[in-house]
Amino acid sequence: MDVQTLTYLFVGGSFALYIGIAIWSRAGSTKDFYVAGGGVSPIANGAATAADWMSAASFISMAGIIAYAGYDASVYLMGWTGGYVLLAMLLAPYLRKFGKFTVPDFIGDRYYSNVARTVAVICVIFVSFTYVAGQMRGTGIVFARFLEVNVNTGVVIGMAIVFFYAVLGGMKGITYTQVAQYCVLIFAFLVPAVFLSIMMTGHVLPQTGFGATVLDAAGNDSGVYLLHKLDQVVTDLGFTAYTDGSKSTVDVFFIAAALMCGTAGLPHVIVRFFTVPRVKDARISAGWALFFIALLYTSAPAVGAFARLNLIDTVHQTQYEELPEWFYNWENSGLIGWMDKNGDGAVQMSAGAAFEGKPTFAGSRAEVTGAYGERVLTNAPSDNDAEVYIDRDIIVLANPEIGNLPAWVIALVAAGGVAAALSTAAGLLLVISSAISHDLLKKTLKPDITEKQELLAARGAAVVAICIAGYFGINPPGFVAQVVAFAFGLAAASFFPVILMGIFYKRMNKEGAIAGMLTGLAFTFSYIVYFKFVSPELNSAEHWLLGVSPEGIGTVGMLLNFAVAFAVSRVTAPPPEHIQHIVEDIRVPRGAGEAVAH
Amino acid sequence: MKEENARAYWAANLRLILTYLAVWFAVSYGCGILLVDELNQIQFFGFKLGFWFAQQGAIYVFLVLIIMYARSMNKLDRKFDVHED
Repeated sequence: MDVQTLTYLFVGGSFALYIGIAIWSRAGSTKDFYVAGGGVSPIANGAATAADWMSAASFISMAGIIAYAGYDASVYLMGWTGGYVLLAMLLAPYLRKFGKFTVPDFIGDRYYSNVARTVAVICVIFVSFTYVAGQMRGTGIVFARFLEVNVNTGVVIGMAIVFFYAVLGGMKGITYTQVAQYCVLIFAFLVPAVFLSIMMTGHVLPQTGFGATVLDAAGNDSGVYLLHKLDQVVTDLGFTAYTDGSKSTVDVFFIAAALMCGTAGLPHVIVRFFTVPRVKDARISAGWALFFIALLYTSAPAVGAFARLNLIDTVHQTQYEELPEWFYNWENSGLIGWMDKNGDGAVQMSAGAAFEGKPTFAGSRAEVTGAYGERVLTNAPSDNDAEVYIDRDIIVLANPEIGNLPAWVIALVAAGGVAAALSTAAGLLLVISSAISHDLLKKTLKPDITEKQELLAARGAAVVAICIAGYFGINPPGFVAQVVAFAFGLAAASFFPVILMGIFYKRMNKEGAIAGMLTGLAFTFSYIVYFKFVSPELNSAEHWLLGVSPEGIGTVGMLLNFAVAFAVSRVTAPPPEHIQHIVEDIRVPRGAGEAVAH
Repeated sequence: MKEENARAYWAANLRLILTYLAVWFAVSYGCGILLVDELNQIQFFGFKLGFWFAQQGAIYVFLVLIIMYARSMNKLDRKFDVHED
């Protein structure tokens, strides 16, 4: 069977599985819809959290980012895993004991204020929509590359699938489809990683192959460590050594902190821990989640290093006509561009961009070709020796082709990419719909609606959210790529401190919490907007506050939040007696079922 | 549950959290970021040690920390008789 048929089979088969699960796990009550009835096993919740957390970006882009950035990308690896330690120790068990449905629920109740609840709802919606637009787009792109349908058709198919299981099953449907999606995506990521590791180093585990010696063309041990060789090769081409960083230590420190605290504060991650039966399950479930995530996150840096070395070996100083097939294929889809600046017919790699911007072509290969049969670029050349643009997203998607792996592996990677994008999208959509139906409608605007009406409203809100997300997927606002920093920065500067103080500082009152949240938000929001949109030309180290980039500014916002909240709470009245009792109650595990009655 | 018991339980929990978070900080911000250049002088199999902590080691330690914390807390819950079921 050819790749195309296999891909249809794999992606179609995985969809049938997701729909089957959705029908089996329909939600009958609001508790089912919001927290899957609260009866999910910690292992299943761990796998679901991992799928929820690992988006199209983790699956498709991360290994590529690492391949190009080397040590500098470590901040993503540590930042996006270290947050689970904070979750397990500081947030998840206590929020589980609290026993409500959403993050604004906790903030509204703990700070006895609908103002605090509403601020939280707005943050939830903003953070989640920023995220979800990218997921829908990711689904569309995977469809376009592997199934040769239009990107927009891909987005619509993705919407239809998510619609089916998110609207029908709510959290219950989402949880069990996410478990299935995790299995698909991890298998799809690890199979090529293992193949590549064996090919490059003879090690089955990418994690150890990463630190092993490389095999030469005949398959014999060359005696040279892979990373040592990679450092050598990239410095020869004028790049910084792979294992050395080029970012300032201060900035790396602040970015790592913003990513960790942001991860721990992201509503769609926190809410997953409301679905396990007991407090002790919430603690160990964070461990399972990190275990499942670590399978991918410890393989990705190995894949990045293998791919970078392999790429340079294959492409650098090779005559264009002698390049492998995948080079032409990805050039056809516009993700590779070659400009023969020195006219020698061979591809040269070097530090710096080959030309300005992303490749734009004069026409398809059938219409215009250059001297060696390459597609002709219209970009202005830069004045260095670099001749080739290779999009970093290719690294994972093209690995099976680069490693000459069988066709079913390529089909598997396609199904994995779609699974990663859909599972994250569904988790985010659920958070948006419950923020609207539960926090805004039931708790603020119309407290007297029945459970049936609330469930209907939740489904309605999910439908609307899917349509908006789909719209953004089809008409991506130019800012999506720019605002990833937003989601983490805002979560770190708003939710994380407020929830933490709500649990660990009994004296914290509503005045302090609201003032802290607004300060953290306003500061982080304006800093990012200023450097990303108002004056992007000033976005460089010498203009940054304390040398902290917009990616890391959430940490400063978080510190401001803590400081302001503490100061304000000292000069205003302490929280009422019953709130102090709630705090005492959530600190002990026993009686998790009863907390709902407060 | 008596108030003193609750206070002692909470204090013990806070001690555990602080201990584990100290390790959490040391492996990620310490070994992976602040001391990375010094540790990179040390070779660990085919890795420079600082680089290994930043891209592999820190993640393994995070995982071990969560498992140890969950186990310690299960014990603590029983000791202070606040466990579930």
